[in-house]
Amino acid sequence: MHDTQTESRTVNRVEIVCFTVEDQDFSIEISHVLEIRGWTSTTTLPHAPDFVVGMMNLRGIVLPVVDLSLRLGFGKTEPGKRHVIIIAQIDDKIVGFLVDAVSDIITVDESEMQATPEVSSSRTQAFIRGVHSLDDKLVRAIDVREVLPQEAPLSA
Amino acid sequence: MNDLNQMFFQECDDLLEQLSSGLNDLEAGTGDAETVNSMFRAVHSMKGGAGAFGLDQMVSFAHAFENVLDDIRSNRLVVSADVVNLLLTASDHLADLVEAASQAAELPPDQGASILSDLKHVSNAANGTSGDAGQAVAEAEEPAFQPTFLALDGDLPALDEMGAPEGNGTVEIRFRASPQLFANGHDPAILFRSLEALGTLEVAADLSALAPLRDGPWSDPALSWTLTFTADDSVDEAAIREVFEFVEGLCELEISATATGPGGLPPLPAPSDMAPLSDATSADMIAAPPGDNLSTPEHPAAAVPASGAPAPASRPASSRTSTIRVDLHRVDRLINLVGELVIAEAMLRQSMDEMPSSANSGVDEAMSQLKTLSGAIQESVMAIRAQPVRSLFQRMSRIVRETAREAGKSARLVTLGDATEVDKTVTERLVEPLTHMIRNAIDHGLEIPEARRSAGKDERGTVTLEASHRSGRVVILIKDDGAGINREKVRQIAIEKGLIRPEDDLSDSDIDNLLFRPGFSTAGEISNLSGRGVGMDVVRNEIQSLGGRVSLQSVPGRGTSVTVSLPLTLAVLEGMVVKVADQSLIVPTLPLREMLQPGQAKVHTLCDGDNVLALDGEMVPIKDLGAALGFRSTPMCLGKQSLLLIEGDSGHRYALAVDGIAEQREVVIKGLEQNYQKIPGIAAATILGDGKIALIVDTDQMIAPPGQGGWVDRAWPDTTGDVHHA
Repeated sequence: MHDTQTESRTVNRVEIVCFTVEDQDFSIEISHVLEIRGWTSTTTLPHAPDFVVGMMNLRGIVLPVVDLSLRLGFGKTEPGKRHVIIIAQIDDKIVGFLVDAVSDIITVDESEMQATPEVSSSRTQAFIRGVHSLDDKLVRAIDVREVLPQEAPLSA
Repeated sequence: MNDLNQMFFQECDDLLEQLSSGLNDLEAGTGDAETVNSMFRAVHSMKGGAGAFGLDQMVSFAHAFENVLDDIRSNRLVVSADVVNLLLTASDHLADLVEAASQAAELPPDQGASILSDLKHVSNAANGTSGDAGQAVAEAEEPAFQPTFLALDGDLPALDEMGAPEGNGTVEIRFRASPQLFANGHDPAILFRSLEALGTLEVAADLSALAPLRDGPWSDPALSWTLTFTADDSVDEAAIREVFEFVEGLCELEISATATGPGGLPPLPAPSDMAPLSDATSADMIAAPPGDNLSTPEHPAAAVPASGAPAPASRPASSRTSTIRVDLHRVDRLINLVGELVIAEAMLRQSMDEMPSSANSGVDEAMSQLKTLSGAIQESVMAIRAQPVRSLFQRMSRIVRETAREAGKSARLVTLGDATEVDKTVTERLVEPLTHMIRNAIDHGLEIPEARRSAGKDERGTVTLEASHRSGRVVILIKDDGAGINREKVRQIAIEKGLIRPEDDLSDSDIDNLLFRPGFSTAGEISNLSGRGVGMDVVRNEIQSLGGRVSLQSVPGRGTSVTVSLPLTLAVLEGMVVKVADQSLIVPTLPLREMLQPGQAKVHTLCDGDNVLALDGEMVPIKDLGAALGFRSTPMCLGKQSLLLIEGDSGHRYALAVDGIAEQREVVIKGLEQNYQKIPGIAAATILGDGKIALIVDTDQMIAPPGQGGWVDRAWPDTTGDVHHA
């Protein structure tokens, strides 16, 4: 039984991009990541949720930038030159995630991911898919679809 | 095969359009012989293509259709209103057949049966035969059948004998291919084989014209064939000609009835000897390279090779095809890239401007050249997508016919300016709104014939569809000469549906605009045509999503006209760059009527900080753009702001207060919905010269017209509640 598990594990190896927000470690799957860019100023959007920093111009593509710190409940980021934007493709949308720094790209075993502990915050439950334990770090896997601004029903 | 299929259906669309335009000319009485010819050709080509794809339903229908057209062409049938109507119905049905075939479906056979029998009836009547007697008469005519030599001038042969069954007679067919036939990839052997499927065939090749190999020229085929053909039952001459349909004009074809058996030519037992025949033809082709040392063929040259073959030059086929079909995605990609190019050029120019002026003047010159070029490229690329609205309008003539028939009214469609070019996406997305408006015009607008007569109008109502270019926009006008809007009734219904309050004081135009409210429908009962309650508001939404505007004018007793104004292209917009709360925003120039500098305007404050602008004796509400978009909570001091006077869709005016006006420029529209979502009050975004993004203001959403309180909720949904769900 142990053997079969090992076999299935080898199939589940995925590469993740690790980044930090407020000194905490998070990750998203590399398959979502298109590129990583330094901070560029964005255009503020009216009537947008506060965690949507604004729209940025990526070589002619207009895309929204999400402040992950604020989205995850750490407080608003005052973006500066040291901040980076992870450009990610989620389904047919391209969005930018504003984070403090990208730390590593590592290969992990998807089946070794631990479930999100049962904490009270529904936000935690929704946004964190699970946790990878790496050495002394806990790397939280973000559910990219959940952290996106949700489509508001526009037509009454 | 799939590609071929698609090509055929694309061609069918073109041919149907050609047919339809011919029919319109006929209907208007402006058709001439060439009109009928071109219609005939269109139907005939469709028949040919349909035959190749085995679409039997279409073939037989097109065949009957073509016969009627041929009767008209040869003056056996007078074009009366009834005939035109029949042709119109037939062309509609043919379009249905094409549509069904393109979806690999077949229409239920009874659907076109009556049209088909009408066509046959008309055709028979024109030929002095009646439907049932047709066969007998045709057979009686058979002895009088004369061999006809086909005129190969690209026009189609007279098909008088189409309906006449040949019976079991034996015919002799002389066939000589032109060089063009081989160049087009046809193979006589294949033709002969398909002929053989229809009866018993004996083939004899005539090698007499074959020159000795060393004599050349080898590019001209010298072979001709004599075919002795005994047809099976129910195979007539038309069927024989059909075999040669695809090589029409590429060969000499002579069909003559013969009582004698195979002539003096060496007969080749048909089936098994087909292969050698094929070899002979290919050998003829392969012999084209010069081969001087080859031995002389058995038959010395009796005549100069190809003396009888039509000269290839007499068929200038290439001059006709000046268009190519390109996948729309490729064009769109090109358009996007050019859009980027223009932005990149603007960015470059901007950084050049920031450099010290000591920079090389040669660079300046090159930059201005680059600007001109990129502008020209952008324009030409946009022009690729521009298409005349003709095909769109022609689709509408069918809607008019069908709707009028169902509604028991008499109506005709007049189209004006159908050469006006519009972006392809726009024409495609206009189909539904236009259909709806045309149906409305006939169903609600036009009166029944009796009422029209008593009102002193022509019994036949007229719906006019007019397209024109007006100040960089495309304006499409849908006009009927009906009764106009019954405002009392509209008002009543609006009150019943709770759209307005009984005490609301509405102007005529306010009432007319009620028609655009969601869920409004004046039809007493839901008819098949309109009145599903999704009428004009859907139309308005669709037009607005194209960046267009709809307005409606109505004169009681004289009719209603709906004006649709659309941008020429969906990709570029003329806008005013304004500053609000340190942000650059774009206000479209189109609804902009006037600009007032700070201090110029007479501003009055009513209560609660509501300001109005006194302008030409009218009080215009002022809206602070920064506050409206939530960039700041309190409006800025009006004394320092510039005012933009905006006139909305329905004619309502308001002034937009902005912090500053920068410049007027053309901007490339970038949708926000692709990567984000709709933002209330914002139409789209664009990229400015410095690479920064500027939002384009949706001026129509900025203010709700009075008396239509419902719009406020629609335009400004409370999104925050949903967005902060976590």
